[in-house]
Amino acid sequence: MCLGVPGKVVEIQENPLGMTMGKVDFSGIVKEVCLAYTPDVQVGDYVVVHVGFAISKIDEEEAHQVFEYLKEMEELAELDIDQPE
Amino acid sequence: MKFIDEYRSEADTRKFVQAIQKTVTRPWTLMEICGGQTHTIIKFGIDRLLPEEITLVHGPGCPVCVTPLELIDKALAIARRPEVIFTSFGDMLRVPGSETDLLSVKAQGGDVRMVYSPLDAVKLAQKHPDREVVFFAVGFETTAPANAMAVWQARQMGLKNFSILCSHVLVPPAMEAILGSPHNLVQGFLAAGHVCAVMGYWEYEPIVEKYRVPIVVTGFEPLDLLQGIYMTVKALEEGRAELENQYVRAVTREGNVPAQKLVKQVFQVCDRQWRGIGLIPNSGYCLRPEFAEFDAAQRFEVTGITAEESPVCIAGEIMQGLKKPHQCPVFGTECTPEHPVGAPMVSAEGACAAYYQYGRK
Ligand code: SF4
Repeated sequence: MCLGVPGKVVEIQENPLGMTMGKVDFSGIVKEVCLAYTPDVQVGDYVVVHVGFAISKIDEEEAHQVFEYLKEMEELAELDIDQPE
Repeated sequence: MKFIDEYRSEADTRKFVQAIQKTVTRPWTLMEICGGQTHTIIKFGIDRLLPEEITLVHGPGCPVCVTPLELIDKALAIARRPEVIFTSFGDMLRVPGSETDLLSVKAQGGDVRMVYSPLDAVKLAQKHPDREVVFFAVGFETTAPANAMAVWQARQMGLKNFSILCSHVLVPPAMEAILGSPHNLVQGFLAAGHVCAVMGYWEYEPIVEKYRVPIVVTGFEPLDLLQGIYMTVKALEEGRAELENQYVRAVTREGNVPAQKLVKQVFQVCDRQWRGIGLIPNSGYCLRPEFAEFDAAQRFEVTGITAEESPVCIAGEIMQGLKKPHQCPVFGTECTPEHPVGAPMVSAEGACAAYYQYGRK
């Protein structure tokens, strides 16, 4: 139930009660999602969706962090780069 | 798929495993809090890639597993009422109560429906004004904003036939309960990334201080988990008790402020029973008095609940990191996903289900 899934916002609309709703594309499956908690998202942004609600916008710049961390470790020679196989 | 596939790279997995091997010098026990993370770990065999010094134990972050038995029995009683449409996330439908489960109630004619979002339950209430729609509002901080919004919307719409059976639980008090136990084995935590996406991670600062444990906010893909494990092990080896954030692409220190705001408007902190673990003070959310009209527990009087737990199930010990699923005497024999004896065998987040599904014996 805590599994949030990343998806791409493809549509944003206000519902009659003033709650921002939208459509999010999860690799081809498009679902209706409540965007009320991510007021700054734009079409094209990626969000983490949990039980029909976007709970967080994915920061595209920070998304490289894991790989930069690995690169730094390699540069600091904390890793032997013996790539097996 | 973007933001998934790149975090499953085998070459990068190997690099992290190597880095962990080079860092570790003695045994450490880490706990991942979230059941979603448990599933990734077992599915991708991350625990088997790690050096033997590192033991991963699986935390209580499975909402289905910790929802108290009394409440499941209450849900079953409400779902049997002819005027009720009982709605729930799919995971809850097969959780064993004392005698039966929601799916069986459905088979016997109860109107039990699975919904994807609590807003779907609100829609049902709007569509069926002559019926009572009840939503089984369980979950951690991650689900609270959704459930708060459902109640809020129901009020905006003036719905009189919508209510929630609420059993929200909170992560930080559970971590404290684990750390404060004299039997505790956990030396470092991977905090649940999506709980933190909502709540931020400032709440963990006092825990790090008080118990001197490293906590790393961690995501859900294999590389996230490996980086989280690496950061925790490095902190332990260097004798640092610090709070760090691995999951920077989705989590900030302050979390999702609009979500926290609505959650606070609708819910208040209360003591909560955790199935298998017991009462943990201030570890749950219940509806504020202003929203009491949406409380299904008050709306439907239920009596005669006995709440009898299976005597063999060791789920509580598993969720406190004291035992592993295969140490349960009925794991995979009497207890299987088809015939679950305890809740962790049911859910997509339960440790027993993960061990069973991926063939761990
Ligand atoms: S295997 Fe079944 S009975 Fe044993 S601890 Fe897990 S859920 Fe409980």
